[in-house]
Amino acid sequence: MAIFVSENTKVLVQGLTGGQGRFHGLRNRDYGTQVVAGVTPGKAGQDVEGIPVFDTVESAVAATGATASFIAVPPNAAPAAILEAARAGIGFVVCITEGVPAQDEARVFATLQRDFPKTRLLGPNCPGIISPGKCNIGITAGEIAALPSAKGPNVGIVSRSGTLTYQALYELKQRNIGVSTCVGIGGDPVPGTSFVDCLAEFQSDPETHAIIMIGEIGGTAEEEAAEFIMTHVTKPMSAYIAGVTAPAGKKMGHAGAIVSGGKGTAQGKMDALNSAGVKVGLNPTEACELMAQIIASM
Amino acid sequence: MDLFEYQGKQYFARYDIAVSAGGVALTVDEAVAQAELAKYPVVIKAQVQVGGRGKAGGIKLANNADEVRLHAKNILGMDIKGHIVKRVWVEHASDIAEEYYASFTLDRSAKRHLLMLSAQGGVEIEHVAVVDPTAIVKLHVNPVEGLSADVAKRAVVDARISEKAQDGVAAMLVKLYECFTKGDCDLAEINPLILKPNGDVHALDAKVTLDDNAAFRHPEWDEYRATEELDEREKLAREKNLQYIGLDGSVGIIANGAGLAMSTLDVVNQVGGKAANFLDIGGGANAELMTAALEVINSDTKVKSIFINIFGGITRGDEVAKGIVEAMKRVKLRAPIVIRLDGTNATEGRAIIAAAGIAESQLISRPTMLEAARSAVEIAGKK
Repeated sequence: MAIFVSENTKVLVQGLTGGQGRFHGLRNRDYGTQVVAGVTPGKAGQDVEGIPVFDTVESAVAATGATASFIAVPPNAAPAAILEAARAGIGFVVCITEGVPAQDEARVFATLQRDFPKTRLLGPNCPGIISPGKCNIGITAGEIAALPSAKGPNVGIVSRSGTLTYQALYELKQRNIGVSTCVGIGGDPVPGTSFVDCLAEFQSDPETHAIIMIGEIGGTAEEEAAEFIMTHVTKPMSAYIAGVTAPAGKKMGHAGAIVSGGKGTAQGKMDALNSAGVKVGLNPTEACELMAQIIASM
Repeated sequence: MDLFEYQGKQYFARYDIAVSAGGVALTVDEAVAQAELAKYPVVIKAQVQVGGRGKAGGIKLANNADEVRLHAKNILGMDIKGHIVKRVWVEHASDIAEEYYASFTLDRSAKRHLLMLSAQGGVEIEHVAVVDPTAIVKLHVNPVEGLSADVAKRAVVDARISEKAQDGVAAMLVKLYECFTKGDCDLAEINPLILKPNGDVHALDAKVTLDDNAAFRHPEWDEYRATEELDEREKLAREKNLQYIGLDGSVGIIANGAGLAMSTLDVVNQVGGKAANFLDIGGGANAELMTAALEVINSDTKVKSIFINIFGGITRGDEVAKGIVEAMKRVKLRAPIVIRLDGTNATEGRAIIAAAGIAESQLISRPTMLEAARSAVEIAGKK
């Protein structure tokens, strides 16, 4: 078991003929992911190292039975690409595109909610999802992720930050701790999939025994997660929140990472998670050490 | 990007939101000329991106050219909470019958647009929220459905806005929503939104924050960019397309990824140091990018050590290492580098650095983020 994806997930790549789409799409295939199609308008009939390219998501789905989409297109094209995938009946869409305007994200999210409730969007501006040994959609380097062990215990990872996701994967691998699924939800103001969505899935996933959560300053997603954990999550957790030292009013790289009006501080988020029984580390290494202790006691 | 009041008003005017006649002035003479155009009496307002201008003496009424000269001279160059006034906005003074508050933002947790409306304007909305929270109407707008005139009218009635102003304010809300959505604002706020004795509704102030991600479809934003208040280091970084924020510590930071960069600041702080900056070098850290990053860091005279924290995912350790070696040939650094290199091709990267034969006084390598932070802070402390 894994969350959102499995070894049976068939992936099409929107933007496969572009630089990013080609690079990451092929890497995902090399990892063992079933990358069955590419979509680029006007390029039907071509192929990228054997992967057939179609004009539309609809025709790609009809020909290949793709169930998930990996979107690697520029920000001005991403909103339409997401909705095209949803219209074609794709159930899981991963959008790595950085720089999508917040108004577009809000409109896309509301449209999915109203018209395509069966489509789950991960991102935009996220590293993607990897279920080690089964499926890797996005830009995560597969070799830094430890395979889950059949007996367990295995850890689920959910993170708002790309590089900190890799850091967590790497540290767990060094400690020989298996990973069930690692989800990067992205650092934008309106992520398609939230911490709470992932925590709910991990809680009901029999292959996940403990959870690491990596948050950052800005917004209230971590506080909402803490509230959810208190009432719905029984699996042990550790966490790290980036940006303790971030000055107020300055966006720290991610469009969503900003402390404003005294809200969205790292301390507030750490306190909320602590109260929910989550072991909070002061840096990524410490969060993974705390997880190692949790695993050792299981 | 935050706009100055005058830019916000110009932006509002694009969406047909009523603002006072006025103009911006950089000198006393220009202020007088703008006052003549706007017709007396006029209000002279300091253009700074910080609250409390009025209390600081940055907003004055003038009835004639002499008064404009006096006030403009005092206000230009004034220091308001660390912000030096470079421009004043001169506009025709409005008669005010009532003052309201209106704003649109994105409510990230609801994933909806949020209208906040109050019949108590002209004071800080945070203050109203504490003293009389029921005086603020909060209404979520579904981004797909938008704001209809009917819904706007209902919000106006709920906010207990005077009857004679209701239609005008409702119409204003629809226009402000249009400005917020089509204009790609993170925030569009009018405080105060005034009712004049003649019944007109009018934006007396403008607070607008634009979403930088939408700049590609707003060529008209270029002129706002030109007046953005960045320090020298931030300007240099922008030219090089680097995500940089200046801070006041002595440890220069270069990391790949926003999260890792933030985390690097935290770890430096944890071991007793202070970061000089936030710098996210992004995905493809090649020689050119690394040189640019080091140049920016090097322009900061407070930097006593440079902590390069790279976790290779897509970024390859060998590329980063080549970049650093190459950059050190091109840039003469004022401070030594401490590097932590992990992830994809990190072993190859460390080998490249070792083979370059750079003296340890200039560059040292540490196996973990924490150890590297300790070394960087120690070096910064010694100098």
